[in-house]
Amino acid sequence: MHSTTRVLGFVFALTFVVALVLALMQNGLKPIHDKNEALYSKKATLAAVANHIEGDFASITDEKVQEIFDNQIEQFVVNNEGTIIPSDDLLAMGVKEGKAENLDLTKEQKKSADERLRPVYIYTKDDGSKYYIVYTRGKGLWDEIWGNIALEEDLATIAGVSFDHRQETPGLGAEIKDNKAWASQFIGKKIYDGTGNYTSVGVIKGGAKDPVHEVDGISGATITADGVEEMLHRGLKAYEPYLNTLKG
Amino acid sequence: MADTAVKAPKEAVIKFGKKERKLLTDPLNDNNPITVQVLGICSALAVTTGMKNALVMAIAVVFVCLFANVFTSLLRKAIPKQVRMIVQLVIIAALVTIVELTLKAVAFDSYKQLSVFIGLIITNCIVMGRLEAFAMGNKPYESALDGLGNGFGYGIILLIVALFREVLGKGEFFGIKLIGPTSDYFLDTTAITWLGWYENNNLMVLFPSAMFVIAVLIWAHRAWNSKLVDVS
Repeated sequence: MHSTTRVLGFVFALTFVVALVLALMQNGLKPIHDKNEALYSKKATLAAVANHIEGDFASITDEKVQEIFDNQIEQFVVNNEGTIIPSDDLLAMGVKEGKAENLDLTKEQKKSADERLRPVYIYTKDDGSKYYIVYTRGKGLWDEIWGNIALEEDLATIAGVSFDHRQETPGLGAEIKDNKAWASQFIGKKIYDGTGNYTSVGVIKGGAKDPVHEVDGISGATITADGVEEMLHRGLKAYEPYLNTLKG
Repeated sequence: MADTAVKAPKEAVIKFGKKERKLLTDPLNDNNPITVQVLGICSALAVTTGMKNALVMAIAVVFVCLFANVFTSLLRKAIPKQVRMIVQLVIIAALVTIVELTLKAVAFDSYKQLSVFIGLIITNCIVMGRLEAFAMGNKPYESALDGLGNGFGYGIILLIVALFREVLGKGEFFGIKLIGPTSDYFLDTTAITWLGWYENNNLMVLFPSAMFVIAVLIWAHRAWNSKLVDVS
């Protein structure tokens, strides 16, 4: 048996060395981690307009994502009344560079819906047509789910969606992200009915019946699909004040 | 490969003889950590929904197993007996954190999918089991081989289980559509891959199926390897 002093000495020395190595590594890799994190969410934003980006989106390079973001994306933040928050105000609130891409969405989610700030990205295609990409967040079966929804210039037709989740079941709930064919069902769906009333898009178990406002659910993932429906209904509604200012 | 190594001159510091070879190959078959020792089942259930996740997990475990064994073996005479488990745990936790940080920097997509499970390597009984049973009493070189062998033994089962689950559950292989209709939810019947009639079995995606697959593997392994029949 070793003496207590010897044991304590060994444990302290080991802990010190391990902590030092890990701290150095964490600090050294932080810039790369931050860059990856930022690119990941930028890519998710662009995925909503994947059909309108040249080439195969699945194999898009990081450089290309950054390039599109620099040249073809206009980004800003709106409040619940639909007013655009000036970049300087965002800076004062601690949002880096006053850009929508640096808005802490997790923090915003914790605020009440009235006080929440929401990012808007406008993607301008090479032919000049514009797509409005909005963001929404909701609940799946196990944890949070979120998505980017692109609207066409008429502000009523969905041009594309990209969903993501924290821990939905792979092969079931996780299909909202992994199954591109499922997500592509949303393309062309309308969020208003013929008389201009807000309807959002329904995710229907057992198959969509209304081809304009509904998509098929996912078998085995009813709760996640319901979560998507709820998130879309609430999320798109929240952008209505802003969208109305565009309609004039 | 091993045959030439056996004939290597005796003065070589690092030799690869019969004993060393056994250290490396035993965990692959006769003493497999999953199918024979039934360790590490928890993560084998969790990460085997797809080949890609299983591969990344296998590589991570090989890395952790190898270096945890080497470091523990280097420190084996200095580690006070009273706190040896804690010390082993610190070594494993440090290595797992290194894996996590590296993955986050170089393979961000895999990191996103595996993050929780990578952390759980710490609780993988295979790693701790090897440290306690082998590295605490053997030299670093032998420990390294033992670590590699057990890592591979774990990884190979992981990949086999994932193969069954991904192909039967999603009709895919490494994320590439292999069998069944191109998509379950899309009414595009024109694009059909092999066995277009195959209906994905959702049970294979869920965790209980991994239990069945592993059980069948254990059975098959014992039926094939007669040495295992008397083990338990």
